[in-house]
Amino acid sequence: MSSSYSARPLQIAGLLLILLISWALWSGIYKPLLIGLGVFSCLLSIWVAMRTGFFLHAMPLRTFLRLPLMWWWLLGEVVKSSLEVARVILSPSLPIQPELVELTTTEETDSGKVILGNCITLSPGTVTIDVHENRLLVHCLTAQGAAGLRSRESERRVARLEIKR
Amino acid sequence: MIELVLDILSWVLLCTGGAFVLIGGIGALRLPGFYTRLHAASLTETMATILIFAGMILQAGLSLAAIKLFAIMVFLLLTAPTASYALANAALQSGLRPVAQREGEDA
Repeated sequence: MSSSYSARPLQIAGLLLILLISWALWSGIYKPLLIGLGVFSCLLSIWVAMRTGFFLHAMPLRTFLRLPLMWWWLLGEVVKSSLEVARVILSPSLPIQPELVELTTTEETDSGKVILGNCITLSPGTVTIDVHENRLLVHCLTAQGAAGLRSRESERRVARLEIKR
Repeated sequence: MIELVLDILSWVLLCTGGAFVLIGGIGALRLPGFYTRLHAASLTETMATILIFAGMILQAGLSLAAIKLFAIMVFLLLTAPTASYALANAALQSGLRPVAQREGEDA
């Protein structure tokens, strides 16, 4: 990561290409006016992305290619924990054991931390409420959810995204 | 025949999704406190989203609409936890401490 902030032309061109293709697929109407507006909005998006430092946090392509595998695993986790939370909500005694768990993560990049935090929030029963340096504060609804977090499975899965090679 | 199977499958998915929205709503009313209610909301925004969109994609069949629906689902699943985090973190920053019935590794 260079100290002076300059995005590489290849990254910008790649993002522009993705944006243009998505626009073309989305709109489906190919009149000069609409295409012009599309190109304009794509360029505007690129400008905003550069202003907000998007390219500083850009993920390597291999990370993107590994995402679907992790999503598949996450889907299973979401189904499991959803059924658990639904059971807790619907049982008359409301057997909740709220608990705070502090996770220390080895993720170094910001995007890695964001992915980990979002994965935890996506599975019902656990919500990331604070990220600071390399610590994530997670609120759990049940003891089972807290135990799942402590097993660090999600962290391993996210770490696997960023392995070099 | 395949039409019928797909219809039944998407019907099941849509109804289960609706049921999860309902359960999430019940949970938001029943659970005590802010942070626990957040969990009920996350039931609606993940499980119900996935089920309902899966049902709609089956209805759309193999078409551009199905890809669009899938993309919308992905966007929702990316932004929902971010919104949850913003809400929870705002509550934490403004001094609302989560009440733990059993103290974990408290911060």
